[in-house]
Parts: sequence; C-alpha cells; structure tokens
Amino acid sequence: MGIRIEHLDKRFGSFTALDDINLEIHKGELLALLGPSGSGKTTLLRVIAGLEHADQGRILFGGEDASRLGVQERRVGFVFQHYALFKHMTVADNIAFGLKVRRGRERWPAQRIAARVEELLSLVQLQGLGGRYPAQLSGGQRQRVALARALAIEPRVLLLDEPFGALDAQVRRDLRSWLRQIHEQTGLTTVFVTHDQEEALELADRVAILSGGRIEQLATPAEAYDRPATPFVYSFVGAVNRLRGQRRGDSIEVAGLALPATGVEAAGEGALDLFVRPEDLRLGEGGWDAVVVSSQRSGPRLRLRARLEGGNGQEVELDLPVEAQGRHPAGTRVGVLPVRFGAFPAA
Amino acid sequence: MALETGANVQGVLALEADEVVVERTRAEPRPRLASPTSEPRWVQWLLLLAALGFLLSFLLLPLVLVFSEALRHGVDAFLAAVREPDALAAIRLTLLVTAIVLPLNLVFGVAAAWAVSKHEFPGKRVLVSLIDLPFAVSPVVAGLLFILIFGAHGWAWPLIDEGLTLGLPVLGQVHLQLPKVVFALPGIVLATVFVTFPFIARELMPLMEQQGSDEELAALSLGASGWQTFWRVTLPNIRWGLLYGVLLCGARAMGEFGAVSVVSGHIRGRTNTLPLHVEILYNEYAYSAAFAAASLLALSALVTLVLKTWLEWRHGESLAANHRH
Repeated sequence: MGIRIEHLDKRFGSFTALDDINLEIHKGELLALLGPSGSGKTTLLRVIAGLEHADQGRILFGGEDASRLGVQERRVGFVFQHYALFKHMTVADNIAFGLKVRRGRERWPAQRIAARVEELLSLVQLQGLGGRYPAQLSGGQRQRVALARALAIEPRVLLLDEPFGALDAQVRRDLRSWLRQIHEQTGLTTVFVTHDQEEALELADRVAILSGGRIEQLATPAEAYDRPATPFVYSFVGAVNRLRGQRRGDSIEVAGLALPATGVEAAGEGALDLFVRPEDLRLGEGGWDAVVVSSQRSGPRLRLRARLEGGNGQEVELDLPVEAQGRHPAGTRVGVLPVRFGAFPAA
Repeated sequence: MALETGANVQGVLALEADEVVVERTRAEPRPRLASPTSEPRWVQWLLLLAALGFLLSFLLLPLVLVFSEALRHGVDAFLAAVREPDALAAIRLTLLVTAIVLPLNLVFGVAAAWAVSKHEFPGKRVLVSLIDLPFAVSPVVAGLLFILIFGAHGWAWPLIDEGLTLGLPVLGQVHLQLPKVVFALPGIVLATVFVTFPFIARELMPLMEQQGSDEELAALSLGASGWQTFWRVTLPNIRWGLLYGVLLCGARAMGEFGAVSVVSGHIRGRTNTLPLHVEILYNEYAYSAAFAAASLLALSALVTLVLKTWLEWRHGESLAANHRH
C-alpha cells in the first residue's frame, strides 16, 4: 500500500520536529529515512504509525485519509528500536498477541493462530524457540521476534525505528541482508529509520535524507551518493572535501584551478563551496599541485592528506587503493585531479 | 597482500600455543593488594560491630521483649488475652479496615502511578507532591483534618446530621445524608487510606517510569484496546512491584495509630483497632494482655518482613530500581 504525506508539521514546544514534509512512498518499496539525531526522522515514522499526531497535514494510506485514525485502526506493523517485546510472555505469545486481542468476527480460532505463529517463526528463522522468553534470546533474535510480531497482524505497511541500532556490527550486517529478503518475500511497503548511512544506502530502494525537520533529498541510494542535492547531503552521506571557490563566467576557480561550471546551479558571480569526495580525487597531471601532509591506512584503503599549493593552506583528503602505500610519503609533491564534484553558493 | 591467508593462519597457531604455556607457568598466587576503596580490617570490624550492636539493642531486643512479656504468664494467659471479646473485636476491626483500605489504595495507587509515569500533562509536579503529602503530614494532623471536616463542628456536619434534601428535575425529592464518619468505621477507613496512600503509588511510579511506554505502544499498534493493553501488558509488568507496595501498605494499615487514634473515639469493642487496644490495655496496667495484643502486630510485621525479603530476593529485577539487590 502506498503512503502519501502532505504538508506535515509537528512541533514540540519551540522545537520544530517536522517542517512541511511532503513525501510519496510507493507501494512495495523499501524506503529509508536517514538523518542525524534531531532531524525529525523518528517523529515522521511515529506520525505515520499514529503514535504521534501531526499539528498539520495529511497522511494517506493508499488514497484513504488516515490522519484521524488512531494507532489501532491504522494496522501498521511497528518495530521499536529496543524491541519492546512483552517480557512476561513467551516468544510465541508475543507473536500471537496481535491476533489474540482481536474480538468478535475478526477473531481467529486458536488453531489458526498457532499455525500462523509457526509460519512466522520459520519466516524469521526462529523455529523451536517459541517457548522461550525474550530474556533468553540474543539481541538479534529479539529483533526478529519483534519483526515477526509486527508481521503477524498482516499490516498494511511495515515501519521500523532504528531496527539494528542496538546490535553489534556483525549481527547488524547479517540482519540487514535478511531484512531485505523478508521485504522481498512479503512485498510490504516498508519504511525504516536509521542514522547509519551505510545501512540506508545498502538496504533501501530510496532514501529520504532529513535535516532540521525537512527532507533535503529523496533519491535512490546511488543518486544520493553521486549527486547530492544540498551541501548537507554531501557532508552527511559519505565523506567529502569542502573547498572555497569563486564563480567566474563558465568556470569555477578553486585554489588556482579553473573547473567547468556545467551543471552547477549557483547563478552569477560569487563565492561558492566546492564539494569533492575523497575517492573522486585522482593523482595525476592537470589538477592542483599539492604536497602530501600525511598518509593513513584505513582497512582496505589508504587515506592521503594533501595541502593545495594555491589554496591558502586548504587541505584535501584522497582515498586511494592500498597498493599506493609507501609511494607518497609526507612532503612529496603530487598532482591532484578532481574527476567529479558539486558546487553550491557559499553558506 | 590479500592472498597471504596461509601466513596468517600459521601466525595465529603459534600465538595460541605460546599463550597457553605462559598461562600455565604463571600459576603461583600473587600477593593480594587491598582495593583502594576498602578500609583496613579493624575499621571494617568496628563498623560491623557498631551496626550489629545497634540492631540488637534497638530492634531485636524490643521484639524479643514483646514476645517474652506476652508469654510471661504462660500460653493460657496469652490465649485468654487474645480471645477476650474486646481483643477479638479489635482484631476483626483492624482486618476489616485493612481489607477495605487495600483495594481502595490499590486502585488509587495504580491509577495515580499510571497517570504520572505514562503521560505528560500540566500540573504533573503538583500531583506528585500531593501524592507525597501523607508522608510529610503528621498522622495526628491528618486525623484532625477529618475531625474538622466531618466532626460535630465540621463543614460537612449538616450533611451528616440532617442531610440535604434536593429537588432534582427528574428524580424529584432526593434526600442526601452521609453516614457518621468521625468515631465510626468510615472515619477510621478514611484516615487509614490517607496515611497509606503513597505506599503503592510511590512504589509503582519509578518502576513504570523506568519501563517506559514502548510496550504499551507496541500493544496498541498491534490492535489492542486501551483496556486490553492495561490488563495484558501494563499490569503483568508491574505485578511484583504492586505486590510489594500492597505488602507495605497493608503493614502500615494494620499498624496505623496516630490518625486512627484521633478519629476513632476509642469505643471499646466498636471503634478500637488493634494498636488502640494495645494502648488502652497498657494504660490500664494490663501489661501482659497489652503485650499479647502487641505480639500479634509484631507477628504481622515479621510476616511482612519475610514476604518483602522474599520478593526482593526472588523478583528484585521486577521491582523499582531502589529495591534491587
């Protein structure tokens, strides 16, 4: 079921959590809400779920206005960051909860509930653990129970709040690909909140990047990384070098180098900020003359810091394959060439 | 570099063998250094003795004395004192009052704790201070309060004495008359409710706050009604804390003296609770009977203590953080 969000506003006292949010979530897509803490991403998710109510704006679930519906009527599957499992119930009872609280004609017979629980346990690969209590499970297992519990009610959309936030790195990676699998199996429209860009870029079909209660960019992960729409997206998604520059006609002058201004929207003459990712800088002729300041091995890559000759002491960071190690000790002169960059009017 | 896995594995093996050998040769015990936060041994003993001495002389000794005095004239005298009609009436009244007060405070306490810990509303701080009021106010003052309201010169006296006749549109003439409060059961119950109110609310508030409302929100998002959420999620999560509060509340309700003394009127066989009965007997120099009645109260306190300790030991993790051991 697609979700449409129109002009959503939410304030907490003097703090603006959501500022005129408009968002269209396609049916069956996996969308990430990515942003730093305080950007409004969790508030947006909770408003979609009906756990919070917006001050203004509408939320449509497949064309039907859900803004006035309470959380019970929205039929959303919500997975909490800290699982929020019912501690005093077994795993099976946790999963069955949403089915057992149904009354009247919607109520399923006990046998059907039990069968559904078994089905979900195998979906989340926890067969045979139905009799355990949450306290007897690992963090990753608990999160999978929470997901199974949310899926039990056959929700119209699945919402996950920092689903892997409380887990360690290895478990996170495993669960990430597993969540992608579940998403493909169920075909549910899924929205998840994360502050981890790697998670968002790897897992989602599209990413909405939030800052200060506004959506800075809504794009596919590749687009968000390759063509960030704002300086904020540039610096929040991935690493980036920021250099002072000047617009002159059809070119941008940065640290003594003239770069073509095609595709740069900054109009007229004036100061601007140039953004270049470390991996978009190559060593070679025709670029800036620079002096290596330091080189640092970081896992499979080599990080090189270099000071630009004509750049008032501005430094850039380069990302090189590890084979380059030792070839450019501090003090060596190198040529640094930007192969892809973005420019925005100076802030 | 990436293909040199063989070398890595060898390195790991060599390291492991080395480590094992080193561990084994270092088996001799090293001299134990005192932790920087622990005191010299003699200071530890001195403090321990002081604490023990205090406990013995001020807590255990009186308790033993109560029981020995109660049984000084033999078991028969003890039984006679307990079976005496006034004593039986006092026991019955105490149990009755406790039986009325506990469910009342259970409901009030859960409702207050729930309102305060799971919701944000203006005036929350004021409400929390009000809940604590009975702890701050002397029980005697609390008792006087009820005399001022319901006594023969109190505000509500006309309602009790003559009642109020109202002409209501649909119901016609309605006669509203309150039962006698002061020097009767309702007064004793009111005074006890007032004094014991904070026990359950205070026990539950930190517990519920600490648990947050994620589980409730999860239940709601799964389609549970507010009522189902309360019975199936909120209540089971606080059950041990609730029992703990009920226990403390019950112990206090049975032992309450000050507030009840003011409102009860000390009518023997009718408005005398067990603590008041003890006082009357004592004032009449019936020491043995007084101690016999007192020993019943002490016994109930001991039972409470045992149950409380068991709860802390067995379900400490489900109680508010300040009771964890």
